[in-house]
Amino acid sequence: MKYYDKLIFELSKTGRRGYTLPACKWEDGLDGIPENLKRNHAPELPEVSEPDTVRHYVNLSNMNFGVDTGFYPLGSCTMKYNPRINEEMASHPGFSGLHPLQPAETVRGAMELYRILSDALCAVTGMSAFTLNPFAGAHGELTGLMIMRQYHFSKGDTKRTKIIVPDSAHGTNPASAAVCGLEVVQVKSTANGTVDVNDLKPLLDDTVAGIMMTNPNTLGLFESEISEIADLVHAAGGLLYYDGANMNALLGKVRPGDMGFDIMHLNLHKTFSTPHGGGGPGAGPVGVAGFLREYLPYPSVGADVSGGYTWAKGSHTAGRISGFHGNFGVLIKAYAYILMLGRQNVKNAGPYAVLAANYIKESLKDCYKLPIGSVCKHEFVFDGLADAPEGVTTLDVAKRLLDYGFHAPTIYFPLLFHQSIMIEPTETESVETLDAFIEAMRKIAGEAAENPEILKSAPHNTPVSRPDETQAAVHPILKYRRQS
Amino acid sequence: MLPHTLIFLPRRPEMAFAYFPHTDEDVKKMLGKAGLSSMDGLYADVPEKFLFKGEFDLPDAMSETEVRREFERLASMNTRLKVFAGAGAYDHYSPAVVPYIFSRSEYLTAYTPYQAEVSQGTLRYIFEYQTMMSELTGMDCSNASMYDGPTSAAEASMMMLACTKRKSKVLLSETLLPQVIEVVETYAKYHGFALTVIPHVGGVSDKEGIIGRLAAGDVAGVIVPGINRFGIIEDLSGLAEAMHSSKALLTVYSDPSALAVLKSPGEWGADIACGEAQSLGIPLSFGGPYLGFLTCRQEFVRKLPGRIVGETTDTAGRRSYVLTLQAREQHIRREKATSNICSNQSLMALYVTVYLSLMGPEGMKDVNSLSYGGAHYLHRRLLETGRFEEAFDGKPFLKEFALRSLIPADRLQEELLKAGFFGALPLGDGIVTFCVTENRTKEEIDALTDVIASIGL
Repeated sequence: MKYYDKLIFELSKTGRRGYTLPACKWEDGLDGIPENLKRNHAPELPEVSEPDTVRHYVNLSNMNFGVDTGFYPLGSCTMKYNPRINEEMASHPGFSGLHPLQPAETVRGAMELYRILSDALCAVTGMSAFTLNPFAGAHGELTGLMIMRQYHFSKGDTKRTKIIVPDSAHGTNPASAAVCGLEVVQVKSTANGTVDVNDLKPLLDDTVAGIMMTNPNTLGLFESEISEIADLVHAAGGLLYYDGANMNALLGKVRPGDMGFDIMHLNLHKTFSTPHGGGGPGAGPVGVAGFLREYLPYPSVGADVSGGYTWAKGSHTAGRISGFHGNFGVLIKAYAYILMLGRQNVKNAGPYAVLAANYIKESLKDCYKLPIGSVCKHEFVFDGLADAPEGVTTLDVAKRLLDYGFHAPTIYFPLLFHQSIMIEPTETESVETLDAFIEAMRKIAGEAAENPEILKSAPHNTPVSRPDETQAAVHPILKYRRQS
Repeated sequence: MLPHTLIFLPRRPEMAFAYFPHTDEDVKKMLGKAGLSSMDGLYADVPEKFLFKGEFDLPDAMSETEVRREFERLASMNTRLKVFAGAGAYDHYSPAVVPYIFSRSEYLTAYTPYQAEVSQGTLRYIFEYQTMMSELTGMDCSNASMYDGPTSAAEASMMMLACTKRKSKVLLSETLLPQVIEVVETYAKYHGFALTVIPHVGGVSDKEGIIGRLAAGDVAGVIVPGINRFGIIEDLSGLAEAMHSSKALLTVYSDPSALAVLKSPGEWGADIACGEAQSLGIPLSFGGPYLGFLTCRQEFVRKLPGRIVGETTDTAGRRSYVLTLQAREQHIRREKATSNICSNQSLMALYVTVYLSLMGPEGMKDVNSLSYGGAHYLHRRLLETGRFEEAFDGKPFLKEFALRSLIPADRLQEELLKAGFFGALPLGDGIVTFCVTENRTKEEIDALTDVIASIGL
């Protein structure tokens, strides 16, 4: 990785071109557009040649760290390997050239893929039906909560305006609930990190729409009392929502549908290996139990009498939540991954991820503070260094890791601890990679004691050192301005 | 679950899997460190009844060759058509460089750029993207992108409500694309805000009807399209002033490709711009992934949802970029956040950034004049067939237009499909729309016209 300090605008020179188009053969120019509907002046876009553009974006890419660059133990993000066959299938011209509004009989293959992928997701989760329309995990949560509310509405029950969310939940849960018009009620965790059933009981009444749970939770702990929680919530007339952010822990081993969850979302960019793309596009399919099938958003893919497919709309549909039918290109990648996994390898996905997390946890617990010592699932949380000298923080450890060629874990989350370091290794990493990471973490713990300054001023080997975030927020510069 | 005609050789269970590096020896070593005697110990905390012991209803694991074969099978069930339709998804050309850059694994396999020191590539292109979208829309600032056009309109609605405290209603022009109205309706139903759709007048937004709703004082703002569902370029003059005099906001839903030549939302006096940026060269790909955008005036930046990248310096004074203004976001604010969105369509933002870099101001003008020329040629030829009447006589359009079909709309589309064309999207009342981009040739337009001329009335 090396520093490169250009913006595309700084390569621009009037008169340069980076494109070719067929020569104009139409009589009509743009002159036919009334003057008052036209722009006053052409937009200030860069004027650059093709080779300069390629070099610019390759140079920029050299300042980026990805899963293909190295180990990316980012907790709750499931940074597993993204197979190349997925990418190739997604750019297949037989799919990439399809217009989303083409009649069903001309897109039978695409609709069949939608159906088969839905069925496969049902098989691994134990749910009865899926919509593949939601664009991301947060969008899936919102869609799932809409389904929950629509279910209560359709029974004429309009007073269920509260949603219970554990204090360990991802911030997205309460935010999605708020966008969905629900009031968030927090349920506490016990000292061992799981939902406190005694704290939950008095919260349950006929104003509760349901509960959102992540299982294993954000501490990487399995919510062992899930049976009792499901019974309590159902008895109170509420529904159970499963946040699939941590599904990779259970993949091939435990199905949310079997645990009593009524609605769930999956992050295909986590559990099913589609790339994170620097923040998206992802996909957040939502699965439901059989009694909620008719509440899924539209359009959905239905079967017609002749064995073909039709666009369908459930009788109690929650509504339309996407312009068309989801991030189809991402769905293709997830389907390719499921075919490669097959029913044989899927059984090892979750267990190998969990094995890797426990291996790291046990290898580092003497130098990092482990607040909860039990067997973890696919991730776990340290509460900072075991012996942190004055002023050395989790942020310093994370930044120093970058110098050793690893991406940092998730830090300062969950909020239950002050110095959280959340580590998730995934099943696609070899034991040699994990050993190298463990060694780096141990070295850093040693450095913290002997030479804390090297941590506090880290990173030293990256294209830039710590950027000044305060300056960025106090004096926001959000776009390029040409120097006069 | 797979069609039964496909039979694959079952894999030997002991075969290693290409994505999992675990040998028996590795597993033994790792279990030993974890103090466990078997893999089952990893799930000892899970109640026995929840451990899945059956066979998953999935196919046998495939080789890459077999995966390719399965995708060939599915692709062969699709029909590739010459696209003469738009309605929110446009068949524009993208230079070969764009997918090349877009598929570089340094971009593809990175996460959200939380660790700025190793994410300057992502952060820089998002900063460039924000600059280009601000410029095209005539706005002060842009976020790092949204899921798609319709959800960007839903976010814009909630943003207008947040920017105008104590107001509870949003207006939508009926001339917005149907899917935009339907998505905003869904968000309104659950978020809990009032929504009124103002019927169109002669194919364009009813400005007087919109302004007439302001007297009650409860309107936070209105969303109107720059180019509407009939392809008509709307004249929005006077609307911003009227909205502002009632302390309400104007959002313009736009096609950013067309904004290279058309009056920008900023020039119309809008406060917020949103829309679908798929038109900037992103493949049709059966509806996604696409790219929503959201830009606004400076005074509203702290209500803007989503990721935002800002410029700063590092400890050595080097220009660097970070995610900024995060106090708006869900991982800090939880239920008080401006939105629940916690990602962006980052890679698609890279796609259009590279596209716009290559095209530049001249290229974008050429794309629009080629599309305009082809669309107007088709419009003229179709009227000459005697199978259509003007739907909204004389209203200006760019690449998409509406006609009233004298042939039943379903039959018209059917005949076009038989000949390999996808066009004449029905909008009700016999009105159909066509779209022409720079990807369509004169020969294709003539062939499509010939098909229609041969349909008996």
